[in-house]
Amino acid sequence: MPTISELGARYRSGEATPTRVVETYFQRIETLDPQVRAYVTLTRESALARAEAAEKRLKAGNPRGPLDGVPLAIKDVICTKGVRTTCSSKILENFVPPYDATVMMRLSAAGAVMLGKTNMDEFAMGSSTENSAFFPTRNPWDLARVPGGSSGGSAAAVAAGLAAGALGSDTGGSIRQPAAFCGTVGVKPTYGRVSRYGLVAFASSLDQIGPFAADVRGAALLLQAIAGHDPLDSTSTDVPVPDYTAALGGGIQGLRVGIPSEYFTEGMDPEVEKAVSTAIEVLKSLGAKTEKVSLPTTNYALAAYYLIAPAEASSNLARYDGVKYGYRAPGGKDLIQMYGRTRAEGFGPEVKRRIMLGTYALSAGYYEAYYGKAQRVRTLVRRDFQQAFERVDVLACPTAPNVAFKLGEKEDPLQMYLCDVFTIPVNLAGLPGLSLPCGFTQSGLPIGLQLIGKPFDESTLLSAAYAFEQATPWHARAPALQ
Amino acid sequence: MAQAKITQAEVEHVARLARLDLSEPEKERMRSQLDAILTYIDKLRQLNTEGVEATPHAIPMVNVMREDEVRPCLPAGEMLANAPEREGDFFRVPKIIEE
Amino acid sequence: MTTATDYETVIGLEVHAQLLTRSKMFCGCPTAFGGAPNSQTCPVCQGMPGVLPVINRRAIEFAIRSALALHCTINAGCRFARKHYFYPDMPKNFQISQYEEPLAVEGRLEVAADGTPRRIGIQRLHMEEDVGKLIHEGTLETARASLVDFNRSGIPLMEIVSKPDVRSPEEAAAYLRALRAILLYLGVCDGNMEEGSFRCDANISLRPRGAPDYGVKVEIKNMNSFKNVQRALEFEARRQAKALAAGERIVQETRLWEADKGYTLSMRSKEYAHDYRYFPEPDLVPLKVEQRWVDQLRTTLPELPVARRQRFVSQYGLPAHAAELLTQSRALADYYEAAVREYPKPKIVSNWVLSELLRELPGDDEAAIARCPIPPRNLARLLALIDDGTISGKIAKDVFEKMYRSGEDAETIVKREGLVQVADAGALAAVVDQVLAGNPPAVEDWKKGKKQSLGFLVGQVMKATQGKANPAIVNQILLERLPKQS
Ligand SMILES: [Mg+2]
Ligand SMILES: [Zn+2]
Repeated sequence: MPTISELGARYRSGEATPTRVVETYFQRIETLDPQVRAYVTLTRESALARAEAAEKRLKAGNPRGPLDGVPLAIKDVICTKGVRTTCSSKILENFVPPYDATVMMRLSAAGAVMLGKTNMDEFAMGSSTENSAFFPTRNPWDLARVPGGSSGGSAAAVAAGLAAGALGSDTGGSIRQPAAFCGTVGVKPTYGRVSRYGLVAFASSLDQIGPFAADVRGAALLLQAIAGHDPLDSTSTDVPVPDYTAALGGGIQGLRVGIPSEYFTEGMDPEVEKAVSTAIEVLKSLGAKTEKVSLPTTNYALAAYYLIAPAEASSNLARYDGVKYGYRAPGGKDLIQMYGRTRAEGFGPEVKRRIMLGTYALSAGYYEAYYGKAQRVRTLVRRDFQQAFERVDVLACPTAPNVAFKLGEKEDPLQMYLCDVFTIPVNLAGLPGLSLPCGFTQSGLPIGLQLIGKPFDESTLLSAAYAFEQATPWHARAPALQ
Repeated sequence: MAQAKITQAEVEHVARLARLDLSEPEKERMRSQLDAILTYIDKLRQLNTEGVEATPHAIPMVNVMREDEVRPCLPAGEMLANAPEREGDFFRVPKIIEE
Repeated sequence: MTTATDYETVIGLEVHAQLLTRSKMFCGCPTAFGGAPNSQTCPVCQGMPGVLPVINRRAIEFAIRSALALHCTINAGCRFARKHYFYPDMPKNFQISQYEEPLAVEGRLEVAADGTPRRIGIQRLHMEEDVGKLIHEGTLETARASLVDFNRSGIPLMEIVSKPDVRSPEEAAAYLRALRAILLYLGVCDGNMEEGSFRCDANISLRPRGAPDYGVKVEIKNMNSFKNVQRALEFEARRQAKALAAGERIVQETRLWEADKGYTLSMRSKEYAHDYRYFPEPDLVPLKVEQRWVDQLRTTLPELPVARRQRFVSQYGLPAHAAELLTQSRALADYYEAAVREYPKPKIVSNWVLSELLRELPGDDEAAIARCPIPPRNLARLLALIDDGTISGKIAKDVFEKMYRSGEDAETIVKREGLVQVADAGALAAVVDQVLAGNPPAVEDWKKGKKQSLGFLVGQVMKATQGKANPAIVNQILLERLPKQS
């Protein structure tokens, strides 16, 4: 399938039109999505209406920009006015937001066309999309395997060519890890770069919305459209947004690339280690200067994350109580019964586990030992990165220690949590991170290279990724699905 | 085997705080899973955080405020459209009993 | 109070004041009172998935001005925190409040319950958001279900917590009056206790006089007037004294004041379960309150009740009590001073405002004064009419009532109703002669030396002129015409 920039070019040259392209995507979805199951909701009518509007603009010679008429998939954690937004949870199964998330307003303004809402781990809690209350999503490269998570639906949709691009959300790796598992490009922007208004909160101090695309340029175009200050989000910054595509193609001559030794642990998949090491050689050959750096607190980041994220989640998810919206359990004879049953029936096991863990970490007598301690460790994690970035421009490492695993393979919650060991520190520090394909295993599963940047320096990440992409064949590969 | 990080009683107390009705088997499964996670988390003790300040926010910002201006509300109809139970333009809830 | 002899009453007060901002604390919905149910809400104040709060700058400025008026220390850094508990009037099931880093601490308020001023410490002043309103089908106990209206949800609240320095129910009421007056002067709260824009909870305990430690305290809620606060605390003090006297132990609990029944009732203590799990609100960044900002706000402070009361005493020579009453509300004090400017006899104006005007007005608050049909100038003109002898003081009171009913000015009424005082000696002489002719017995009494009959005859003349005669002149003419006393 064409990339976002190719689509734009064909629209302008007239060799393709938005309505026909959108139709083609829905045909692909019809034939392929029953196998992949990336979507939880399709919005065919509104998509075709938007496509026609874009077509008129293109015909009239005044398109809204590079995304006009471009078909996208949106993770079902982002509020869409009039279109149900479920977070893949029973408790929000029939929730229809009366408002649009800021990113949706910006995509509409750019003329983009939403094809539908994608499957995810319930409330973005998971690394395999198996925690969806509806059904698991499959990895387009091997339908017996998971697409990663929590944004597995968006990653799989882009990898399988069921959307030209997608939005996901990343709290501890939920964009980068599925991007790696599905062989797409995924960007987790700096905290505060993209508005969270309308993003259903998991862990407010860690969540960021970011793009998926088949190539780096596509990811840059999507980020361009959604980045920027939003008065509705007190944590969104007014740091000016640079022209991300302008930075592409500039090469990486003299770029200082740090290799964090803590990210090459004995536990990791040897094929992953090999591919990433080769990728680092490629960066060198392109003129980058690499050096080893140390991020000593890395070993503790995961533990701190599993106090901070659940604590914030236990608070953010308190509102789901069967009073204002969403599921209400029948037969509660009084309010307390109604609350307890609604939440017991409405939430899945992983969500309950995190609510319990977070409630415990915040409860009287434990706050300092757990939540307080974790926030101090978070400070140390940030310092590690600050020190490293005094010497280098970007960090290069694996996105995940493993590749896509089989459905049901990771029963033990803790084993699942360890999938995010390389992505979580980036969220704790609020830094931008990017994952792009850097090879495949013998069995043909994608491997992801993670690039980590300084705050608000997405441009450097994108240009480094672009240089690597141009020098390697990986992004050109597509899964064989009929 | 070290003593449990979290007891059945604590699980029940936390479940009540979180308004989660857990079945008996659920409680025990929850207890052992939380116990395993808390045991892993215990590694934080090895890290000295004396005099290290907390980081509640990923990026340092202060004084973000809006001017005191009225913006249009949403009509009650739209705000109640998702209500599990309503009476007129009110949300309706079962009998409130203090815990 | 029955406890006075052996027990000392220890009271701490917690006030929640709704701030008079146009929009809510964290969203743009209006704060107007009494809209149709759920007609003044949006996704933010209904806690919908995905929404985020943004701080209302004016709410913070109102709180800083209040903190300054209460002599508080304003913290250079403050932050919001989430306070968690499940209740259907709270859409997110947490309240955005302040915990470890409140806006201000360590203030004070002077109150004089029994004439002697005492200083009540203010422990903290912080910002939070209000919750929605619950309507119970029947009473809370008997209701099968309850209805929720979120219009009030998200309205800015300022919580002001006193130290346990209050020593009597009277003093509690005095503290609340003084605090309310300050907030009214600042224009940050309308102080309406019935509508709940100025709410008070109290903690009360007893201890043997001179004992170092506090007794077990009980929290009293649901007191919606100064009178009720005082009655509730008086009842509770008696109840605790009886219990202690009977050797019982006081349970730490929350009790509701049943105003119509006149007692407090225990709401099955849920305190034990309370574990609010406060943590810093991650969706809001901290506030750094720069000195420049505070200084600039300090310049916007108006003259406050205490200062104004003292000025009324020194500048207008009013008795302390009158000055106190006149300065209860800023609007009333403004009214008084406007009238004095037009009619510079402060004591007379004070008498008329406190007796005549307050008798007619529904209250002394801004709203009542704003709707007063007699502007200060008209009151001044009425008083001037007495001075220039146009009307008598007695007539003036009737004219005042007519002015209040009709909104007309004094001259109009006096002219239309021909109330102008008759001072023309010639005209009055005729009337006097008729009266003397018609009352020989009185004249006889006078001759015999009965002085009182003079008063009777003056009364007759006034009657004959429907009170329009100038009493002084009538007196004079009578003395001229009456026969010598033997
Ligand atoms: Mg409060
Ligand atoms: Zn609102």
